[in-house]
Amino acid sequence: MADNIIELKNVTKYFDDNLVIDNVSFSVHKGEFITFLGPSGCGKTTTLRMIAGFDLPTSGQILLNGEDISKLPPNARPVNTVFQRYALFPHLNVFENIAYGLKCKRVVNVYRNAEGKEYTKKERLSKKEIAEKVSKALEVVDLEGFEKRSISTLSGGQQQRVAIARAIVNEPEILLLDEPLGALDLKMRKEMQIELKEMHRRLGITFIYVTHDQEEALTMSDTIVVMADGVVQQIGTPTKIYNEPANTFVADFIGESNIITGTVVGDKVVRFCGKNFVCLDQFEKGEQVDVVVRPEDIVMCAPEQGTLVGKVISVVFKGIHYEITAQLGKYELVINSTESRKVGDIIGMNVAPDGIHLMKPKYTSNVFDGVITKHNTVEFADGEFECDVTQLYPGSHLDDEEYLITAAGEKIDLTGVEVKVEVGLYDITISDDAEAGGTTGRIISIIYKGDHYRLIVRTEEEEEDFVFATEDLWNENDLVSVIIPKDKIKLSLKHTEEKKRLGGTEA
Amino acid sequence: MNIALLIVTVVACALLLGGGALLVYRLKFGRMPRFSRKTLCIPYAVFLVFFVIVPMLVILVYAFTDREMGFSFGNFVKFFSDPTKLSTIAYSIVIALITTVVCLVIAFPVAYILARSKMKKKSVILMLFVLPMWINFVLRINAIRELFNWMGLLGETNYFNTVFGMVYDFLPFMILPIYTTIMKIDESLYEASRDLGANGITTFTRVTLPLSVPGIMSGVTMVFLPSMTNYVVSDMLGNSMVTIIGKFIYEYFGSDWHMGSMVALVLLIVVFVSTLLTGGFKSEENVRGANL
Repeated sequence: MADNIIELKNVTKYFDDNLVIDNVSFSVHKGEFITFLGPSGCGKTTTLRMIAGFDLPTSGQILLNGEDISKLPPNARPVNTVFQRYALFPHLNVFENIAYGLKCKRVVNVYRNAEGKEYTKKERLSKKEIAEKVSKALEVVDLEGFEKRSISTLSGGQQQRVAIARAIVNEPEILLLDEPLGALDLKMRKEMQIELKEMHRRLGITFIYVTHDQEEALTMSDTIVVMADGVVQQIGTPTKIYNEPANTFVADFIGESNIITGTVVGDKVVRFCGKNFVCLDQFEKGEQVDVVVRPEDIVMCAPEQGTLVGKVISVVFKGIHYEITAQLGKYELVINSTESRKVGDIIGMNVAPDGIHLMKPKYTSNVFDGVITKHNTVEFADGEFECDVTQLYPGSHLDDEEYLITAAGEKIDLTGVEVKVEVGLYDITISDDAEAGGTTGRIISIIYKGDHYRLIVRTEEEEEDFVFATEDLWNENDLVSVIIPKDKIKLSLKHTEEKKRLGGTEA
Repeated sequence: MNIALLIVTVVACALLLGGGALLVYRLKFGRMPRFSRKTLCIPYAVFLVFFVIVPMLVILVYAFTDREMGFSFGNFVKFFSDPTKLSTIAYSIVIALITTVVCLVIAFPVAYILARSKMKKKSVILMLFVLPMWINFVLRINAIRELFNWMGLLGETNYFNTVFGMVYDFLPFMILPIYTTIMKIDESLYEASRDLGANGITTFTRVTLPLSVPGIMSGVTMVFLPSMTNYVVSDMLGNSMVTIIGKFIYEYFGSDWHMGSMVALVLLIVVFVSTLLTGGFKSEENVRGANL
């Protein structure tokens, strides 16, 4: 499209051996306010730094107005940055800070010589022009008369404004803002949010904004890019991202939500918490789905009128609403309501069709690449697990020396054979005893799904992820060992040649 | 009258008296007395009075008196009317200046490269520069003397030898403060400069250099002043042919305390003025902090 000012094409970035940006592609329209949103370490700041030119992508392209700028140094790009901690020059005063970019600038002026011929000259801006531009920029950020002040005498909010003025005075095509409000207190932050939005409207340039604060992103942006683990999870308007999250990560990260596993039982009918609900999303009958219900979309009523009936187990006053948690059997649902209830009350609950959002589950099973080791164990994800290798060859058994004997009586040494390992979501347990399981890893994600938690454990070396369900509450970043029962490890041969060489699986 | 002995006696008496008073208090009340912060300052104040202020006053008195202890400007007149003495002072200042400039020229690139590099072993390299400081100074100078002797330079290129020795000796004092100052410059300032359209050279001249001035000033002070007084280097490497201010003071105090005090006072004023000049460029706190 012609109105794309920035376009990222398959951008990948490694720091040493760490993959921080994994094949990211998206485009930014001219003049829009776009926000990169995600938890810390998701790659949002790295993406911004690559657009600014401080980091170069390992592979992929960054296009500005259709031209490849991926390899250009920062001073050759028509973008300016407002840094997280302002990065104002401490040895210069407010005026000199703002004028810094203008003094580096060379403009092409056209002159006419005595014979009337036109010629051009690259010139610095005159002192007067610089002074005019600086005072105009100070006006935009409401700091008139601050020219002579030293940076150290300014408050955090004022430094923030100087940083913005220093960037916009260069009239960049794009203004990059790296968590610019992170260091301000709540009230100041709210004010600056409104001012920035207003500034964006007045200047008419493209703003690319980075934040981990979902509320800030929802308030200010035209478009939000939700990132996690170096991957773009969803791109859309704030309303779309809030109302139709693309996956459980987005649903969990943006606002609060109840995420429950459900089953599609008919045309636009989904069953969860033991009841059928009409919804708007079309999925195939019988398919297992993640159901997202926002706390404010659950309406409380008398027990006999509610589709769901539960018991209030906690009520928290949140200012404009109450956060009520209700228990229904083994499920827990969070409800936001302006009405209060008492703990122990039995309540009925209804959800309108447009309050139910269905998503394809991101994980249905865990698949790894493994290698069979000597003792009929399988090695994968930094660990070694006991397994039943006879499943690779129907009718086979192990002899006394633990060699595999096929149904045809052939003796096979499986050591070193590559296999695909599959483990179901409900077949993994974890323990805090490091020796108990086959491998260890850290919990990197916990999402509550109504009646259980969905955890992701990532091993430290190979960074393989185990996804599974548990009813126990763990803490993020805990080091745990992963236990998989022998009979729950499903193996299949990886290479067809291997299959042929070993006589095939079909008898 | 032996003033030093007097001072030591007075301080010893004061300590004894104070200790005795504490003991008495302890015996009478069964606990140690509680002191306010002001009271705790008294020992330091006493120390400062006896070991800083009184000796200064003694030098002042000696400088302005003759051998009969009568007030006189005679010492100054005698010293400043002797052209050989004046030229020695000029030489001394020139040697100190050259030493400082050579140190700065060597130290700045080293400090800059080390501070800005992402090398993992840079602390080792920095330590190698600083390591000679841990070996006895006289031993090091002797070693250089032997080296020059072996090369046949001893007694030949006296001024070069002296400057060489001083640069060798004082280089770490120039590298360390500059390295520390450049290390402290926030990486995002370089990025901000590039972001605002400056190239590498402009960034260096308009961000790195101005921000490393406190370190340079502190290094200059720590090299310039000692190299005017460290006559061990000039004696041993200059083959006793190079005389600097420090040597004068040492020699005078052997025979004439009045002349010695006078030269010491002159040096004190030179030091004071140069500190004022280097530290007086800016009144920002970090600049002063790096200087003192």
